[in-house]
Amino acid sequence: METFDYIEIKIPAKPQYVGVVRLTVSGMATRLGFNYDEIEDLKIAVSEAVTNVVHHAYTEAVGEVVIGSALYKNRLEVMVADDGHGFNFEEIKSKIGPYTENESVEVLREGGLGLYLMETLMDEVRVKNDDGVTVFMTKYVTREQVKDNVKRIPTK
Amino acid sequence: MKVNVQLREDGDMLRGKIEGEIDTFTAPILRDELETITIGKYSLIELDLSNVNYMDSTGIGVFVGFYKKVNREDGKLKLTQLSDRLTRLFEITGLNELMDIETLKKVELSDGNI
Repeated sequence: METFDYIEIKIPAKPQYVGVVRLTVSGMATRLGFNYDEIEDLKIAVSEAVTNVVHHAYTEAVGEVVIGSALYKNRLEVMVADDGHGFNFEEIKSKIGPYTENESVEVLREGGLGLYLMETLMDEVRVKNDDGVTVFMTKYVTREQVKDNVKRIPTK
Repeated sequence: MKVNVQLREDGDMLRGKIEGEIDTFTAPILRDELETITIGKYSLIELDLSNVNYMDSTGIGVFVGFYKKVNREDGKLKLTQLSDRLTRLFEITGLNELMDIETLKKVELSDGNI
């Protein structure tokens, strides 16, 4: 199986923590070698998913948002879930169908342009809606000019 | 993470400068600041976004809301000095076709890569 490093963070479903997630995503994306524009795209897409949870998932009690990220050599996969529990990344990923066949897309679209931006800025977006909403998205690193045997310039 | 809005009258127009990050946390702050503007007083409201270093759909929502209000009250709104990132956001959402938007003009340093 393709190997990946997995990073999971859990935040209270409150607006002031969306920026914290954004900083974390930025750090992970930098680690994988995404370029500036790709990192900014990722920050927006993940923020949109987390914002949706903050706005819609918990209308009464304040819950939690789980952001699970799988760092592959050539891509970043991010899952945003509102169940407040950790999850089995591979298991949930296998359950998610194409978003076009799922009514939860309409639920998200109520929030405005959020899902549209996720779809536009990421390479793949899928939504699952069983108990709560899970958004799953992927972005590939584009570095076709860089050959594998070329050493990276060391970062400061 | 915060957003800062400075407004100043310049003749019969209002110049505003918005700085910081516009997301779900700061968008209500920006909305409240824009709410204080008496639109009918000015021939043009110009908002400089050159120092907005992050914005997502919640920010778009604030500007769309304000733009609609300005239109209802027969005012004129212009967003200026947008970075490439912000310009892209307005383009992919189609708002550049509706609103008066001016992209930040950069000084050319060289023809190729820097």
